[in-house]
Amino acid sequence: MVTKVEREKLGLIVNPIAGIGGRVGLKGSDGTRIQQRAFELGAAPQSLNRAVRGIERIKPSKGTLEIVTYPAEMGEDAARKCGFEPTVIGSIKEGQTTAEDTKRAAREMLSLKVSLLLFSGGDGTARDVYDAVGQEMTVLGLPAGVKIYSAVFATNPETAGDLAVLYLQGKCGIQEVEVIDIDEDALRHGVVSSRLYGYLKVPFERRLIQRSKVPSLSGDAEAMDAIAYEVTDRMEEDYFYIIGPGTTTRAITSKLGLNKTLIGVDVVSKGKLVGVDVNEAQLLKLLRRHKAKIIVTPIGGQGFLFGRGNQQISPEVIKKVGRQNIVVVSTPEKINSLRGRPLLVDTGDRAVDRMLSGYISVITGCKEEIIYRISY
Amino acid sequence: MEDIAGKRYAKGKPNLRRFHEAKWDEPIIFELSKEGERGILVPEVEDEIKNEVGDVVSTLPEKMRRKHLPELPEISQPRVLRHYLRLSQETLGTDLNVDVGQGTCTMKYSPKINEQLARLPQMAEIHPLQDEDTVQGILEVMYKFEQILKEISGMDQFSLQPGGGSQAIYANASIIRAYHASRGESAQRNEIVTTIFSHPSNAACAKTAGFKVITLYPDEDGYPDLEALKAATSKRTAGLMITNPEDTGIFNPKIEEFVKVIHEAGGLCAHDQANANGILGITRARETGFDLCHFNLHKTFSSPHGCGGPAVGAIGAIKELARFLPVPVIEFDGKKYHLNYDKPESIGRVRSFCGVAPVVLKAYAWVMSLGAEGLKEVSNIAVLNNNYLLKKILQVRGAGAPFAKGKRRIEQVRYSWEKLTRDTGVHSEEIGLRAADFGVHYWTSHHPWIVPEPCTLEPTESYSKADLDEYVEIIRHVAREAYVNPEVVKTAPHNSTVHKIDHTPLDDPSRWAMTWRAYRKKVNKEQNRKKLQFNIY
Repeated sequence: MVTKVEREKLGLIVNPIAGIGGRVGLKGSDGTRIQQRAFELGAAPQSLNRAVRGIERIKPSKGTLEIVTYPAEMGEDAARKCGFEPTVIGSIKEGQTTAEDTKRAAREMLSLKVSLLLFSGGDGTARDVYDAVGQEMTVLGLPAGVKIYSAVFATNPETAGDLAVLYLQGKCGIQEVEVIDIDEDALRHGVVSSRLYGYLKVPFERRLIQRSKVPSLSGDAEAMDAIAYEVTDRMEEDYFYIIGPGTTTRAITSKLGLNKTLIGVDVVSKGKLVGVDVNEAQLLKLLRRHKAKIIVTPIGGQGFLFGRGNQQISPEVIKKVGRQNIVVVSTPEKINSLRGRPLLVDTGDRAVDRMLSGYISVITGCKEEIIYRISY
Repeated sequence: MEDIAGKRYAKGKPNLRRFHEAKWDEPIIFELSKEGERGILVPEVEDEIKNEVGDVVSTLPEKMRRKHLPELPEISQPRVLRHYLRLSQETLGTDLNVDVGQGTCTMKYSPKINEQLARLPQMAEIHPLQDEDTVQGILEVMYKFEQILKEISGMDQFSLQPGGGSQAIYANASIIRAYHASRGESAQRNEIVTTIFSHPSNAACAKTAGFKVITLYPDEDGYPDLEALKAATSKRTAGLMITNPEDTGIFNPKIEEFVKVIHEAGGLCAHDQANANGILGITRARETGFDLCHFNLHKTFSSPHGCGGPAVGAIGAIKELARFLPVPVIEFDGKKYHLNYDKPESIGRVRSFCGVAPVVLKAYAWVMSLGAEGLKEVSNIAVLNNNYLLKKILQVRGAGAPFAKGKRRIEQVRYSWEKLTRDTGVHSEEIGLRAADFGVHYWTSHHPWIVPEPCTLEPTESYSKADLDEYVEIIRHVAREAYVNPEVVKTAPHNSTVHKIDHTPLDDPSRWAMTWRAYRKKVNKEQNRKKLQFNIY
């Protein structure tokens, strides 16, 4: 169903220091200490230029929309550079903006009821936006940061601009996608440790998926429903089902009439929720007494199946359950978004990663599967 | 190169046409309807007859009588004529343009004499329920055409009963099901394997026939992955339903191994040869080991079907499976041709009657005019044309052809404008709308779009180098515009009839409508009536 919304106001937040750590090899820009270090290493801000690349694409629609933004480097500069006369709200200390400014700006734009909040930054910025507005408004990330693991970002600044225009013209719907954040400190020590932070509502570009057969403006709700039908149909009484995070897996528990945590791991047995937001220890305890299957869905765009956002399902848990009891589910759109790249695992145990790799069946709909490769 | 009045070509290159299509802004026929207006006035039945026959409607059971008159358009003859003549001027049909832009559909030139043949009263005025003795001629043509298809494919028997490609694919799936049922394995063997670049009807028909569908994705070279196939096969495998060459125009060189893997697992293999335009006389389903195959006579065999129907999906089987083919099959006892319906193990009919005879007649005439060598030449030229076009299109800025880099393709190519879209924001669909401004048709591709921003071009054997050069020049020009002045492309068409279609109602259950009646139900009826009156005058 299409919801009629006012679509004239476009909120714009530019995180001026996003991406500053990238060029100098700092793997991120979170925290003032790192930002200082980046400047010392001779980093130049990339954020303004990237924001301008995206806003240039919005320019043709100038007459039909109003940009609401924060002062100077937090959006005003980028908007003016593209010939807009933005409505500037709030105040900042120029050259000393922090995550708090992003959060405040997002909250103010929410209260001004902007139709879409376009923010330029990286995963850290996405996390701040999520903290501020959650799922109360539609947002879209313009990729300018070092770390871009979250699916809330368009593939490049230009696409972000195009997508914003499409959305404001009412030509695309909304879907919930993952906000992922990687622990920068760990990354600097060569360890990739990520967590699924939450879900944001972003415009949904249908160009890559079947237009008339997935009839929904709410993302791929129908595809998820078909998957849920198939999976619940195959569920066996004597198995416990360890269900990983995600909207696709949530559709499965919804089909059973259960309320699943979106970013946690839950356990279902005989149609009942027997474990909510469980940790590794609880899972291992469960596996000492029961047979279990794991239901997981890859993270959109990245294709991570294990090791990103579901570390509770540890190598130990996976070994106990066994490869043959892993049920992978995904909408066709999510698989297509991988563009032929394999599904990835990074469990922290190379032997388990090797055991998981190879071909696996992925449930993509009712009576529909694909065979897809897992790699590490 | 041909030079028409020194205007169409300059320096050996075609100039772009200064094309402008008729644009009538014509409402649809239902909107033209005016109460009480008539095309034909049917005379009242004479009293004498009326008295004799009585009320004919009362002879129908009450339940079968309609409550309301059908809401057909009420419109006079001249307005009907004007309406359709106007619409006919707003098309870019295959006889009007260099129709290489409708890839996978094999838009070749179909000689008009074959069309005339099919319209002869001897063909047009016969009926499928006539006694066999009175239609021996067309039965002979159909029988002989089956012999030709057997030769082309290597299969042992054919049925011409299915009325299109998807019906033939459905018949393939049904035969696979019937075969396993005959061995008592139908419950166990419930999985069909296909590939993502096979025609989507293979997955759809398999599912309609009750199978679970397992789809394989391509490897880096664009070939369906043999290792993935092995992972997909088991005791549950009923069969493989695959297109080769796939919609990417890439021929799977491991196809024999694919067939072997499935056979070893106890499954059957069906080759979708709907489009066989690049392989006539070059490779056969039989030699690759397939058990079933089908041809779309309306593609490869030059029998265009008008407005989507009726056509022929000729289905062939090896001897062991012939008993399952759709009925009727045509048999010859040395003297007479028969329609044999008495095949107890047949999957039955997949549509009404016994196959679309005029389509078979056109295909037969086409093949007979070419001969065996001619058919091979068709494929050779189609492949040559395609690879010439491939080379030229890849020289256009922003164009690409994913997979099988540096390798030749068979009869078509699925191109990608991903780079152009990234550089300019112009999408594949928009390129098509702009191409229409220069008088040519252009199509993107089937969904899902695995190849981003796709377009599928298939030049067939019918087009000359000059034709292809003109098409390439148009595409080159539009791509250049995308880089220099993207707004011109994004706001196209400017000189053609086609309109930008708002796709959003297709995704919105409250607004979508597949029929006029559904449209009326969903749009406020009163408001609609007012609009009707406005449109008429």
